[in-house]
Amino acid sequence: MFRHTRDGGVRAWVSAGEAALLRTLVAPMVDLMGGDRMDKPGRSVVDELEELFSEGPDPQTPTDPVLARLLPDGYQDDPDMAGEFRRYTESSLREAKKYFAQTLLDTLPENGGQVRLTGDQARDWMRALNDVRLAFGVRLEVTEEFEQQLAALDPEDPKVAAFEVYGWLGAVQESLVRAMAR
Amino acid sequence: MSVAPAEVDLPKSADESERDKPWVTIVWNDPVNLMSYVTYVFEHVFGYPRAKAEKLMLDVHHKGKAVVDSGTREAMERNVEVLHGYGLWATVRQDA
Repeated sequence: MFRHTRDGGVRAWVSAGEAALLRTLVAPMVDLMGGDRMDKPGRSVVDELEELFSEGPDPQTPTDPVLARLLPDGYQDDPDMAGEFRRYTESSLREAKKYFAQTLLDTLPENGGQVRLTGDQARDWMRALNDVRLAFGVRLEVTEEFEQQLAALDPEDPKVAAFEVYGWLGAVQESLVRAMAR
Repeated sequence: MSVAPAEVDLPKSADESERDKPWVTIVWNDPVNLMSYVTYVFEHVFGYPRAKAEKLMLDVHHKGKAVVDSGTREAMERNVEVLHGYGLWATVRQDA
């Protein structure tokens, strides 16, 4: 799908269907990263006021497993250090991931067609695609034996489509990495 | 006559000794990240040559985790921020 260009970037031709699918998959990431911590159950006005006046963002690891994987702890086995690291870095990590997703959406032609990316844009695409794959991976409980997992599913299982999309995203990302890794 | 006191090398405080111990960046294996992608990230973020980046990637893959860099705590934390941006799971640890 992707080819290396002489200026250090990549190009690809994306069909209308592929563009629509990418858009559908990546657009929600902007909301997920930009949103508030909606994973706290029973969030009230008091919680919001508390957050406004507290020292900063929530130092706790997110309870939503997708968010926890996208915004992981920076220290293992040390909740205090992890909490402090999270307080200082989580909002900029969210902003970064929002930016990667937005770059992909902004450089994707509405109805498919030629895509040309600089090296930096290609890395943004890689990261945006990877974030979507991580989210899928968590929801589908993907393991290293992904192919076997897919093969074991009943053909009628609605998860089949999700697994196939996950596999397709991996192929797109692989193609992009190969074009950049030259 | 008074004699100026000789300079004495004070022993390092426990704090200082702790801070001198190098800190490391650890990358953990996960089933989603592509091997080619992880290799590319190590090349691009750390400037490692292909062979070293591939070796580290394989260490992560086969051993479950690998130390990918060492240095000051601040530098290791910066690494982790960048690696998390790439979707790798990385943590900071003080070397034993």
